[in-house]
Amino acid sequence: MKALNIIECAYRATIEEQDDTIVWLTHAMKAAGADLGLVLRGDAVNYAVRAQNAAGLAFGDWRQTQPPRLADDIALLVTKGVAVYVLAEDLVLRGLDAADLVPGLERVTRESLPGIFAAHDQIWHW
Amino acid sequence: MARYLLIESRYSFGASEADFCRDLARRLATADNRVTLFLVQNGVLPARAGAHGPGFADLVRVGVEILADDFSLRERGISSDRLQPSVKPSALDVVIDRLADGAKAIWH
Amino acid sequence: MTERKTLTFALMDAPYESARTTTALRLIDIATKRGYAVNVFAYEGAVMLPFNRQQPHPNAVHGRNVEEENHLLTKDVVAALMKAAERNGGKLDWVNCGLCVDERGAGEAIEGVRRGSPADFWKLAEASDNTLVIGTR
Repeated sequence: MKALNIIECAYRATIEEQDDTIVWLTHAMKAAGADLGLVLRGDAVNYAVRAQNAAGLAFGDWRQTQPPRLADDIALLVTKGVAVYVLAEDLVLRGLDAADLVPGLERVTRESLPGIFAAHDQIWHW
Repeated sequence: MARYLLIESRYSFGASEADFCRDLARRLATADNRVTLFLVQNGVLPARAGAHGPGFADLVRVGVEILADDFSLRERGISSDRLQPSVKPSALDVVIDRLADGAKAIWH
Repeated sequence: MTERKTLTFALMDAPYESARTTTALRLIDIATKRGYAVNVFAYEGAVMLPFNRQQPHPNAVHGRNVEEENHLLTKDVVAALMKAAERNGGKLDWVNCGLCVDERGAGEAIEGVRRGSPADFWKLAEASDNTLVIGTR
């Protein structure tokens, strides 16, 4: 079975979780042998932006020493063999272009989604 | 021909994000797939006759079946005679039917 | 006779936060009534759905005491769905994401809930006729 994870909801509890929980889940399932692809759409296209930096938060005397590193987590998925697609229209809407993004992603249009879906047995929109 | 079940649980009047499921349904149907758009929760709100929105007739024209959860309709005071003609009330059981039949199901 | 199917649901919402929970529980109810084998992978806030320390409360605004209010507790609904599944010849296998339980201190779940991981979710999905993910916002 091959499943496609689609992430739309972005920056939801990423500071508390120290990652995006669906990106994390994708890593964990991949390590368990899952055959997965990943689509970033909506605000989640911003997860591919290299310049993200969530470091330095402190609450009273408590300091967050392990902030989320979302761009690294996305790039690492690519090196693990997960095809990571990012929706071009959603990038454009947010003023992003290829130079802003980590390497190895596949920029795809909405028009190409039916073809990508056809190559997967299940589509999981998180 | 693959079967798709798109479950739309939300709608923000005037927000482009609300068009994701509609756009996807149209593209999948145009690509020769059998597509059902199932409206549930606040996703049924644009199905009321007279609601300001893009409507559903264009999707029906490309072959998309549009169903609305009968409980969500009743919960929001939308009787079947106030529904847009493109939308049919349906029991939630249809979702389980389609899942059991192996449709690719996407919740939005 | 209805063919016994296996369906897996991934849930993410904490109780009392979203209409998605109601719809998810309605879907599971329909599947258990058919005697299907139903798997739930509860991720993040959804691990609180079967949390055993949920308590009903009276509601002064409604003018009802605790008995009259008959507050919906999701742990009771999950337990009822497990019983209904068994009664109908099926099973409701509820798997709480272990790390999600730990970070929320949600270890006290009702009987029948087990602890698992994303690997379990993948195994359940692979062995099912279909899977529906109901994400959160």
